[in-house]
Amino acid sequence: MNRYLPLVLIAFGILAFATLMLVIAPGIQMAQRTVPEGLRPYSEQESRGRKQYVSLGCVYCHSQQPRSPDQAPDVERGWGRPSVAGDYVFDRPHQLGTMRTGPDLLNVGVRLPSESWHLTHLYQPRAIFGWSIMPAYPYLFEEKAEAGPEDTVVVLPEGFGPESGVVVARPEALDLTAYLLALDRTYPIPEDALRDDGYARKESGS
Amino acid sequence: MPITMGLLLGLSFVVSLLALSFLIWAIATRQFALDRAHAATVFGKGGADGPDTDGTHLFDTTGIDRVSARPVRLLILGAIFWLVLGSTFGVIASLKLHWPDWLNQAAPLTFGRMRALHLNLVAYGWLSQIGIACMFWILPRIFRTPLRAPQLPVIGFWIWNIGVALGALAFSQGWTDGEEWLEFPWQLDTLLVLAGVFFVVPLVKTARAREVDHIYVTGWYFLAAMVWFPCLFFIANLPGIHYGVEEATVNWWFAHNVLGLWLTPLGVGTAYYFIPKIIGKPIYSYSLSLIGFWGLALFYSQVGIHHLIGGPLPTWVVTLSVVHSVMMFIPVIAVAINQHVTVARNLWALKESLPLRFISFGAVMYTLASFQGSIEALRSVNTITHFTHYTVGHAHLGAYAFVSIVMFGAAYHIMPRMVGRDFAHPGLIRLHFWLVVLGFAIYFFALTIGGLLQGLAMLDATRSFAESVILTKPWLEARSVGGTMMTLGHILFAINVIGILRKPRAIAQSAVAAE
Repeated sequence: MNRYLPLVLIAFGILAFATLMLVIAPGIQMAQRTVPEGLRPYSEQESRGRKQYVSLGCVYCHSQQPRSPDQAPDVERGWGRPSVAGDYVFDRPHQLGTMRTGPDLLNVGVRLPSESWHLTHLYQPRAIFGWSIMPAYPYLFEEKAEAGPEDTVVVLPEGFGPESGVVVARPEALDLTAYLLALDRTYPIPEDALRDDGYARKESGS
Repeated sequence: MPITMGLLLGLSFVVSLLALSFLIWAIATRQFALDRAHAATVFGKGGADGPDTDGTHLFDTTGIDRVSARPVRLLILGAIFWLVLGSTFGVIASLKLHWPDWLNQAAPLTFGRMRALHLNLVAYGWLSQIGIACMFWILPRIFRTPLRAPQLPVIGFWIWNIGVALGALAFSQGWTDGEEWLEFPWQLDTLLVLAGVFFVVPLVKTARAREVDHIYVTGWYFLAAMVWFPCLFFIANLPGIHYGVEEATVNWWFAHNVLGLWLTPLGVGTAYYFIPKIIGKPIYSYSLSLIGFWGLALFYSQVGIHHLIGGPLPTWVVTLSVVHSVMMFIPVIAVAINQHVTVARNLWALKESLPLRFISFGAVMYTLASFQGSIEALRSVNTITHFTHYTVGHAHLGAYAFVSIVMFGAAYHIMPRMVGRDFAHPGLIRLHFWLVVLGFAIYFFALTIGGLLQGLAMLDATRSFAESVILTKPWLEARSVGGTMMTLGHILFAINVIGILRKPRAIAQSAVAAE
């Protein structure tokens, strides 16, 4: 341990080896799998909504990776079947997430298919769930004296709206809702689909 | 294919194990011939020169420190600026989790952006920068030669800080790369890469010009970290090639290695230098430090995918990371024996030296954080703690209680030796210590207990999801209390450091009189 170059070269070699194992090998393995037939790319509006989702940092509280019934009751909670690598091929950047301060959202479009519900919930989550700790997003909406013909009016319970006039959704709120409604990975998965089976029970045979 | 992947998994494990066995063989047969004389490289030419607990008696006897002083002073000040700002954003984010309707009128104020601001400012503005400051202070000392090209790190300092400021501004306005730890837009990341060149070149030049045969253990950690972090940062930020789950593996390969191969070497290396230096005796077992270093390199580099346990990626790569997470016990125990035994045999030094209190407290937290991390990676434990606030508590045990607190001590040790006078109010340093230690204890236990309860509730299908949210609220409130105490400690830290940099009036006046 008296020489600079060997120290640095071995240190570099170890990192290169780790990169091969953690990034390159699984990357090649996943790239060889077929894309599920039911998966479609995001539409233009859904992509804009996804940008809102990313930039507002939804990922810090919401995962997008339901777990298998062998590990956790995600299916029973209505969060969807266990997700597989192929479900994410159109996701750039990925939003798998590491927190469930809020529920998993990979199939929220199936679980909560109403645009009106999402607009109310985004404007003020506590208008729907009193216990919620999700931020409100009032800046995705605007208050108007009266709604125009093109406007989408947000339905609000007594006490949550402005004293007079109405709350209408800005395009950002409509885009974000379109993205949330597009979150649907309920189609059947290909046979060669990949996911972590580390919790699979022996008797279930997989 | 399963056979091939199983083979790869086995291969990786066998390679790491063989490398470790080779290392133990090499040490046993004295291939490296490390002995106590090498361990004494940490002291000056004349060997151990007694405890270094009095702020100024060894003030720049070699002429080395006065060259490093300018970049180190700038880096410490820059780091403290981001620490205070970054922890303020942390407190705001924490408060928002139990006051969800507070500060909600504009997108830059929302929780998602505040949290990302906190993480990036403390990771790149504070921890990285204070760690680089320690490199510039310690490496010339252990190489016994003045820093080469000392004007380059000053340029690097400005580029780095402009990069951090612009990156933070960009994503507070919604321009983000969208992955945890990698939020800065890649266009602005190029500034940090450029600044890195200005930091690495002078240090490598200094290493090559060293006037001592042996590279002390701190040097191994620092020199290796200077290779690891640039590679990690560059690959993870390359635009346009990562997508989907592959991008997630890159994300966590990067994020965990920022801790394992960047912040940890900075913290462990700094502790390895200051503990024997302050006590005035070499570390307990110098050969053992080899296991600690190479074990860290071999095992820590492959643990990142434990952030995706139970996720949509191949089983073998998850298992690989779980196995290596558990193997981390080996290097951590090696470092623990070395550092804690040295301190435990010289407990008197904790009374004499306030910086040592911070540094050895941080070193103990490294052991605990790593043990906790190894256990947390086990599938049975992870299934409860994953997706909960428990993980956030663990992250702070590593990045805060270990690295940050070691760095507080390092800064308190460096400053008097840089300016040639002692702190005027040591009481404020003691107050800083107790504020951050007690604040952190509240923070950590609140999130650990709250997180476990949250995880158990989420696993129980008979309990609604709402229950897992409601039961965390009191624990999140306690976390805000702890976090606020830590932030107050940081403000004291800033006051202490700025205080010692300002010339006391009495000295300034007598200097004028002498002219």
